Amino acid sequence: MPATLAEKILQQHCDEQITGPGQIVRCRLSLVLANDITAPLAIKSFKKMGAAGVFDKDKVTIVADHFTPNKDIESAEQVKVCREFAKEMGITHYFEGGNVGVEHALLPELGLVGPGDVVIGADSHTCTYGGLGAFATGMGSTDVAAGMALGETWFKVPPTIQVILTGTLRQWVGAKDLMLALIGTIGVSGALYKALEFVGPLASALSVEGRMTMSNMAIEAGGKVGLFAADDKTLAYAAAHGRKGDKAIAADAGAAYERVVTIDATGMEPQIACPHLPDNVKPVSAVAGLKVDQAVIGSCTNGRIEDLREAAAILKGRKVSKDVRTIILPATPNIWRQALAEGLIETFMDAGCIVGPATCGPCLGGHMGILAGGERAIATTNRNFKGRMGSLESEVYLSGPAAAAAAAVAGEIIDPAKV
Amino acid sequence: MYHGTAHTVGAHIDTDAIIPARFLVTTDPAELGANCMEGLEAGWIKKVKQGDIMVAGENFGCGSSREHAPIALLGAGIPVVIAHSFARIFYRNGFNMGLVLLEIGDDVSKIHDGDELKVDADTGVISNVTTGQTIQCKPVPPFMKGILDKGGLIPYVQDRLAERV
Repeated sequence: MPATLAEKILQQHCDEQITGPGQIVRCRLSLVLANDITAPLAIKSFKKMGAAGVFDKDKVTIVADHFTPNKDIESAEQVKVCREFAKEMGITHYFEGGNVGVEHALLPELGLVGPGDVVIGADSHTCTYGGLGAFATGMGSTDVAAGMALGETWFKVPPTIQVILTGTLRQWVGAKDLMLALIGTIGVSGALYKALEFVGPLASALSVEGRMTMSNMAIEAGGKVGLFAADDKTLAYAAAHGRKGDKAIAADAGAAYERVVTIDATGMEPQIACPHLPDNVKPVSAVAGLKVDQAVIGSCTNGRIEDLREAAAILKGRKVSKDVRTIILPATPNIWRQALAEGLIETFMDAGCIVGPATCGPCLGGHMGILAGGERAIATTNRNFKGRMGSLESEVYLSGPAAAAAAAVAGEIIDPAKV
Repeated sequence: MYHGTAHTVGAHIDTDAIIPARFLVTTDPAELGANCMEGLEAGWIKKVKQGDIMVAGENFGCGSSREHAPIALLGAGIPVVIAHSFARIFYRNGFNMGLVLLEIGDDVSKIHDGDELKVDADTGVISNVTTGQTIQCKPVPPFMKGILDKGGLIPYVQDRLAERV
């Protein structure tokens, strides 16, 4: 029977025959991850399970990226728990200090995830690796503890929504805008319990980084995974990041989809998700003129080098408004170095931005960019829930890097083409 | 059998509403419980007494993978959540933590804030004492029921590990 990409990847990690959506199967795991918020709970559960060790020291990774550099004593204690567990278990890939990056930017860059993998992470944005053709999904700490102990987990085989991406992107419109347009179309529960599979000429045309940006937000539509086929571009990306032996993988022709949705980029404006849900999406022209107090460019959604290049292209030779705190957080140490080498960091600093370390901090209202009551932010992050970035009386508008940079300059939301 | 007062909330209640990130510097159920739903409404927890039941719209628990969300509800003394539907990660987490989750679709409109409810978690039957109506929930898939019957994911993993020795 022709298989969807989700079914095909799961089948490669499963001994039972997969027959279709709804079936519950046990799959072997390629990688299991947790961060400084979720690992302490996973470690607690892992100890209760009585496991002697992790299933594979090279396939369990802990990335202390959320409240780091530690914001207070409590977060320092949580990181200490992670560090000691990593030492005790002999975990190869533990990241905390100068080697830490935002996990979903870091792990692909280090070649720790790739095409055809099955990955679970105690972080909802684990779905990012779908951009590389991996079946990757977020779970809670106890599920992840079970994965660390057993090297396997159970999945309900999801039905798949096929998303056809067509048309051509105009300048300052990118992968983030395509994803916001999709979430605006199907809603925050549009893919509840389901897989999204991105196909079509524009899916092929997107960079691997852009694909990861889209897959990252599959969870914002309720999705279990957001998958792109692993093509020549994916294999080149994987090889360039030190992986060997990866193979291309795509859905079979004639696979059964629950629904087909087309997103046409022709004439698409930059998209903005307005408070307080990621599906409250409007074209930038509909919200232009709204004053902003803070702009954040970074996170696992849009903190990669091409995002920084896009922001820098707007900020070059300009100053950000004195009323807008503009925070730029390159997502990993390597992205930081690359941005430095290309002169992007200088561009940001000349423009009056704050350039910070690789951290998830402001995205979840953790630290390094908290909003006061009545403040409004534009951010390249992935969630605009009420109070997400600070006060319950603050607002977060989600956008791509160009729109965030343009708003920083103008002091208000504006089409980047008009800056 | 659970018996308590319904507290209704709307659709798409996210994990930041259930327990905002600033409280995630602990894994202690009592501390998390004290701040339960603080992201929805400051002081929400003051309305709740031990054994009360959360009743929600579509997609309850969307957002983060934080297991702190079901732990906060349990820590607040809420043993059961009845919803139109649940977000996927929250649904798994709830089961793993021993929070009873009942999915009832459009029937959720038959429950109002303050109604007195009796919930039989084994049969999935909800009796609304206030209105006299009964609601039958969607059954739990047999595989997940198997994990529940073992006492949750932790004993399940203990058994799986023992099988390998």
